[in-house]
Amino acid sequence: MLDKTGIAKRIAQEVKDGMYINLGIGIPTLVANYIPANLNVVLQSENGLLGIGPFPTEDKVDADFINAGKQTITMMPGSSLFSSAESFAMIRGGNIHLTILGAMEVSETGDIANWKVPGKMVKGMGGAMDLVASANHIIVAMQHCSKEGASKLLKKCTLPITGLNCVKKIVTDLAVLDVLPKGGFKLLERAPGVTVEQIKNATEGKLIIEGDIPEIRI
Amino acid sequence: MIDKVVANADEAVRDIPDNAVLMLGGFGLSGIPENCLAALLRKGVKGLTCISNNAGVDDFGIGLLLKTRQVKKMISSYVGENAEFERQLLTGELEVDLIPQGTLAERIRAGGAGIPAFFTPAGYGTEVAEGKEVREFHGKMYLMEHWLRADFSLVKAWKGDTTGNLIYRGTSRNFNPMMAAAGKITIAEVEELVPVGELDPNQIHTPGIYVQRIFQGKNYEKRIEQKTITKI
Repeated sequence: MLDKTGIAKRIAQEVKDGMYINLGIGIPTLVANYIPANLNVVLQSENGLLGIGPFPTEDKVDADFINAGKQTITMMPGSSLFSSAESFAMIRGGNIHLTILGAMEVSETGDIANWKVPGKMVKGMGGAMDLVASANHIIVAMQHCSKEGASKLLKKCTLPITGLNCVKKIVTDLAVLDVLPKGGFKLLERAPGVTVEQIKNATEGKLIIEGDIPEIRI
Repeated sequence: MIDKVVANADEAVRDIPDNAVLMLGGFGLSGIPENCLAALLRKGVKGLTCISNNAGVDDFGIGLLLKTRQVKKMISSYVGENAEFERQLLTGELEVDLIPQGTLAERIRAGGAGIPAFFTPAGYGTEVAEGKEVREFHGKMYLMEHWLRADFSLVKAWKGDTTGNLIYRGTSRNFNPMMAAAGKITIAEVEELVPVGELDPNQIHTPGIYVQRIFQGKNYEKRIEQKTITKI
């Protein structure tokens, strides 16, 4: 099994040199800590910054510099600042190479649900619907099952969806899977100590297994 | 140059009536018009429709106007971090229209730019699409979304001059420039008000044509929602 840090480390392996990347709140934010130092990538914050840097030291905290999670941040050398309209123009325009976000459910056709649980407090979708509708490549970081043991990798999402046919890859506590264009979760890797049988039992949607499934290396 | 300076926030918001449609700049608590919000609270104007990405927190930002029940409707993309908001939403005292953030930004931009509607892929196939025209362009599905405009836009900038040219700082720019253009009357409050000629025209983010009133704000709290630091 992978913990949250393990999931973030595995996703960091998907990052390639020269990418512009948007990281969602939660596990995706942790990915930034494990991107190899030899890669040049730029992190976008949809409230209007390209080039998110580390959190500031105590003396450099500034209310005018926050990320989309409203956390105080710094800027990298070469950063640029812009309005929310410009920010989503670059997202809709297809300029972001990789979007990493969390999910409550993903379907075997790549639908994602991550913004609303009916009957509970509705906080809003923020920028998630815009991001999933326009990203070139979407990787989801999530738990394979709910606390009660119910699969979150489904034939069809039960929660209100955020976007259709958009998720390309999923990294869970149990496995790495691709969502195939024709539908189905293709098992690529299994988490350390996890069997293919366990992954089968934890996946409600169509699971495609071909050949030996290697263990995740992080 | 046309002088647009008013004395203070109270004078700037003097004619905002009950049931007005307002746009309020800011993302979280960054770049919110603190002085105008305080003046609206003092004025006690009611039945407001507030177009703002967020709804503040319980005791700051738009949260202050929610507490005094001055807001009838919120049009936002994300309204977490506010317990009073949640209470009013669940009891039906407050109407809420939740809009994808990029669509919200573009609807406001369109309002200021005189574009009554446009197509965006965000929200296609979701409950956001209910009742909206759907059209296919180049093999992809899009929703038609309409512009948003306001009776009054309340924006906050870092520096401004007496004719209303504005410069924002850091990520406090966010929704402010589009809102400045989409308000019938735009009120700008700035941390530093300077005479015309002092701001470099190359650096202006909001041209003064969009701004009808400007004043030097005071006592900025610039509250931080989540202070995250790197320990040395």
